[in-house]
Amino acid sequence: MSAAKPKNNSMRYDLQIIASWIEPGTHVLDLGCGNGALLKFLIKNKQVTGSGIELEEGKVATCIEKGLSVLQGDISAEVSDYPDQTFDYVILSQTLQQVYEPDALIRALMRIGKKGIVSFPNFSHWACRMQLLWTGYAPVTKQLPFEWYNTPNIRVITIKDFRKFIHDVGLKILNEIAINTHSQDRYGKIIKFLPNMRATYGIFLIGNK
Amino acid sequence: MSEYIEHDRDGVSVGIVEKKLFTFAEPPDEMVLDNGAKLGPVTLAYETCGTLNSDKNNVVLILHALSGDSHAAGYYKNEDEKPGWWDIMVGPGKGIDTDKYFVVCSNILGSCMGSTGPCTTNPKNVQPYALDFPVVTIGDMVAAQKKLMDHLGIEKILCVVGGSIGGMQVLEWTVRYPDMVVSAIPLATTTKHSALAIAFNEVARQAIMADPNWNNGNYYYGPKPNLGLAVARMIGHITYLSDESMRLKFGRRLQDKGDFSFNFDADFQVESYLRYQGKKFVDRFDANSFLYITKASDYYDMEKLYGEGSAVKAFSRARAKFMVVSFTSDWLYPTYQSKAMVKAMKKNGLDVSFCEIEAEWGHDAFLIPNVRLTTLMRGFLERVCRETKK
Repeated sequence: MSAAKPKNNSMRYDLQIIASWIEPGTHVLDLGCGNGALLKFLIKNKQVTGSGIELEEGKVATCIEKGLSVLQGDISAEVSDYPDQTFDYVILSQTLQQVYEPDALIRALMRIGKKGIVSFPNFSHWACRMQLLWTGYAPVTKQLPFEWYNTPNIRVITIKDFRKFIHDVGLKILNEIAINTHSQDRYGKIIKFLPNMRATYGIFLIGNK
Repeated sequence: MSEYIEHDRDGVSVGIVEKKLFTFAEPPDEMVLDNGAKLGPVTLAYETCGTLNSDKNNVVLILHALSGDSHAAGYYKNEDEKPGWWDIMVGPGKGIDTDKYFVVCSNILGSCMGSTGPCTTNPKNVQPYALDFPVVTIGDMVAAQKKLMDHLGIEKILCVVGGSIGGMQVLEWTVRYPDMVVSAIPLATTTKHSALAIAFNEVARQAIMADPNWNNGNYYYGPKPNLGLAVARMIGHITYLSDESMRLKFGRRLQDKGDFSFNFDADFQVESYLRYQGKKFVDRFDANSFLYITKASDYYDMEKLYGEGSAVKAFSRARAKFMVVSFTSDWLYPTYQSKAMVKAMKKNGLDVSFCEIEAEWGHDAFLIPNVRLTTLMRGFLERVCRETKK
């Protein structure tokens, strides 16, 4: 595992780590790119070419205003249109837990991209475990601030689950970092000891075997 | 397209512009049209604003819709009541910034706003062409615009932009002259008309041709088919609006009366509005041009013309960076049609942005002040301009 040295703290901490993994001059697709912070950073600092997909009209417009190439649509549907191996990296940051068919999406990711980068909130963080164990209620944390009936996070994933999943679908983990973030997720630290228990997010670089 | 011309709220304008004429294809070197017919001489009316830079790489070509003209922005003279049809978008500091870009807008072939069309005098018999005017296509319109670009010494166009039938010309530009077009913005448009769109056009054409004054197109020396053209325009206006916009704008409100008149006057506001729009239109538009341009739009099928029926194959010719924009309430060119072209562009690995703007004003939304559309245009143009200079 390589330790990342994030440079831009105006971005979410997990995006800083993701940015540190991207080779300069590559071709990137950011799924669920939000307001385009990562893409903008990568184009400016890593000379990548790239585009994004985002569902919300307002965010799409923000991205295009910033000079990014972004299209409005549902990521699960939109990924199917690209030819094989179009991108060097396909990024899915903090969205996997909201996807209806994660296995199909990950397979599509690895069809259109040479490598995939996936980050997600870790449901087996000790705070989640404690809430379930001691209160008996479904966990509500800073990273997962919703009640069971209004959460968009329909998939309960842990770092261990994701490792097993990648193995099961016949893919390979090329790099992984577990992090703990604070202050609106802008700052954080890398968790090496007991990550499945102590990290709030997992970030994985995956590739084909 | 309707003429929702509004003064820019800030009063910013490109100022005084001049309509110019460019004539080419003088016999015997006539223009050969898509259907094999020859036409010449051909005149295009056009206007420019902004300044062409020394590298000639700041050109934005605006392509207008059915009833538009070359007068996209500014005023012909200080006393003009209204500016050009897209003055809200084109001008200093606006979405298409005339401080940065050299904007060209030409009136389409077949129109009646200064370019050669059915109301132009046929040099062979010194009479208006009327129905002797050949049926022109979207491709012919674009081929004529290419001649204009050649005349202006422009080899690369930074961006071709247009909505509706103008959007069809945008798409045609990207596959007919792919090496000339750096970027393209097709707005509220389609690669081919749906049966619904053709049906409305046909009803509009029938309204014109059913008017006894139409006289097989020969009305230039007598009374014009104003009733037919007005009804055609009324039909058009219905398709440019939406259920929602008509409900908001008119509902079932009555026009200047408390109760029904129990006759066939215009009782409802929506009736009164349509009658007004129809009547206003006949003063400025030629009925035969309406027939020719709507037919050209119905015939247009980019997939058939360039891809043997496949949109993916058709767009494989294109090299431009695209920004496709649709509007939620547009039922004439619904979003699914824009999404289909975006899909084909993606399959070809083209650089494409797409945004479906939430708007209640139907197909006409692109002509109405809309901050979202303005900022999208500005952002996209700045990017392609920056990437071109790299």
